Amino acid sequence: MPLVKNGAIVADDFVAIADDAELPAGGAVLISATRFLADAEALATRNAPLGVIWPNNRDVAELAPWLDRLSLIALVFPTFRDGRAHSQARRLREIEGFRGELRATGQILRDQFTFLLRNGFDAFAVAKESDAHAFSEATHRYTEFYQPTGDGHLSALQRRRKRHTAAAT
Amino acid sequence: MYAYDDIDRTLVNERVAEFRDQVQRRLSGELTEDEFKVLRLMNGVYLQLHAYMFRVAIPYGTLSSPQLRKLAHVARKYDRGYGHFTTRQNIQFNWIALADLPDALADLAEVGIHAMQTSGNCTRNVTADQWGGVAPDEVEDPRVWAEILRQHTSLHPEFSFLPRKFKFAITAADHDRAAIKVHDIGLRLRKNDSGETGFEVLVGGGLGRSPFIGKTIKSFVPGRDILSYVEAILRVYNQYGRRDNIYKARIKILVHELGIEKFAAEVEQAWRPIAEGPLTLDDEMIADIRSRFIYPAYEKLPAMPDELRKAAHDARFEAWRKNSVAPHREPGYAIVTLSLKPVGGPPGDATADQMDAIADLADKYSFGEIRVGHEQNLALPHVAKRDLPALWTALDAIGVATPNVNLVSDIIACPGLDYCSLANARSIPIAQELTRRFSNHETANLIGRLHVNISGCINACGHHHVGHIGILGVEKNGEEFYQITIGGRADEDARVGDLIGPAVPYAEVADVIEDIVEAYLALREKPEELFVDTVKRLGVEPFKERVYATR
Repeated sequence: MPLVKNGAIVADDFVAIADDAELPAGGAVLISATRFLADAEALATRNAPLGVIWPNNRDVAELAPWLDRLSLIALVFPTFRDGRAHSQARRLREIEGFRGELRATGQILRDQFTFLLRNGFDAFAVAKESDAHAFSEATHRYTEFYQPTGDGHLSALQRRRKRHTAAAT
Repeated sequence: MYAYDDIDRTLVNERVAEFRDQVQRRLSGELTEDEFKVLRLMNGVYLQLHAYMFRVAIPYGTLSSPQLRKLAHVARKYDRGYGHFTTRQNIQFNWIALADLPDALADLAEVGIHAMQTSGNCTRNVTADQWGGVAPDEVEDPRVWAEILRQHTSLHPEFSFLPRKFKFAITAADHDRAAIKVHDIGLRLRKNDSGETGFEVLVGGGLGRSPFIGKTIKSFVPGRDILSYVEAILRVYNQYGRRDNIYKARIKILVHELGIEKFAAEVEQAWRPIAEGPLTLDDEMIADIRSRFIYPAYEKLPAMPDELRKAAHDARFEAWRKNSVAPHREPGYAIVTLSLKPVGGPPGDATADQMDAIADLADKYSFGEIRVGHEQNLALPHVAKRDLPALWTALDAIGVATPNVNLVSDIIACPGLDYCSLANARSIPIAQELTRRFSNHETANLIGRLHVNISGCINACGHHHVGHIGILGVEKNGEEFYQITIGGRADEDARVGDLIGPAVPYAEVADVIEDIVEAYLALREKPEELFVDTVKRLGVEPFKERVYATR
């Protein structure tokens, strides 16, 4: 499953560790939410990058105290039809202020890349190789957006207002 | 009507290009049917019994004459020469080929029409009072707000994969013509005590398997906050709406299970952090959208011109005028409803030739504008009263002047088993038979306002729950049976109808409806008491007795 970051296929620095496996002393690891919450205090002080796989049916507000200690949060799309993690991403980015890597995992197609980017994801564990290669094309398809999100694009309403202001001065 | 600017045009064209790519990937096998299904649904493409069905959005029911001509063109070039207007201000084409769809969309995009989100588990076409901007009793034009919502909900990155479909409707008038109480979110435009424009927000209405009337979640949300507030509702729904059972996935079930107070508290909590954020509208933004609605330059014309006085001697004209012509906010003008319910015809269908002719009449008599209502009829919203006789002659010639608007033969019906793969029973032939039974205009007029709604299955696309008489097709041992309800309504006093008794077989439906109507005529206190009011006063029993005594 290729990982796309900054528009390119890259190696995954994080090693996923099963709940019953021992945690390595160093190196970037990705662990389950259950394992993390069971021992969050201690894990947060670990001297290497830490990532958590957060299920889509658990409130992301639970992560709020730990956000500045987490390097990665992986959100899950069991199928692309299940859009809960879209809301989790926007909450983490725009309300909780999470600045680490936000990774989309599960069944995602190129047809969702633009939505995912707009919602604050910056890493994509893509199910199909061909979709990973089409990342750049798929995310440059749209140049206009009706909604403001945390991705920095002006919404259509904001752009129109700006034009009026420019025209008036 | 709303005129697209370069931003709207670019976005719609980009969507067409994306869909063209998706169809190409499906045809090449790169996308599985399972993957493609969700993507095509988000662009209004269903697979029906015989072919793909293509549903095109007519946001808030407003069309220009070039747009209607383009719909006629699509019907002619890619389909079988007709289209079907639905109960949610869409038009459906029933025989389109998958490979033609991108071209059909590109043709429509030329005139600012799209099919975005006309199906799928996303926010659907935003509907509104089809008389918006011309109704005498409205606070202000609801279409401006419907357009703001249309834009906000189109290709929304967070809410395109909701638990289930999600429908908005807006009204700005005292009399609700948009059925807002049976929508996921219903918005009633109003002014607060200090004269500020805002909305009463209703949530959790809907029909289908478990009908619910929407509940007020907030009695006043200022206009500037409406986007952030609905964003909060959708965010709560997206996270907590049920995904384990398709029949319990609509927001109405979440609202019902949590209770409106608890649901409202969740929404407040979700709203607080975004309430003053970038979704907040300012006057300039609203003015920009409003400025792109084109309002006709009305003349000062007499409310009772000579032409009208003369034509009053023609009984057929008078019957039509009294039935199909409604007051306009300008005294010299009128709103004219075009009945798409001819005797013996399928409700809501129009041929390409009719569409072209109506577009021409709109240019001649209605400032080039046409409206589409949820009752599956069309309207010309700005007709000078002096032109009514000439317009009537022209409408009569193309078969859209049946004087049955709001009468018993003005039936709402889904496509049913003739087209739909979900249906258990046929709807259209039932409607056709009823229009024949009640084809005598004097009789229909004597009966008065009576809405008959027919659905071919429990999904309730024909809104049977809220018909004054509702007819629901079910399957019993491989045969078509129909459950009959009475006393439902979709307006400001919306309620779900009550079942009158056991389901009846296909062949008996029209007889039963005739019995119910005869019972009403015998039971009503006076001619002004509408069917639905007699049912309210007496309940189901006397009707039930009448229908089942001899069966």
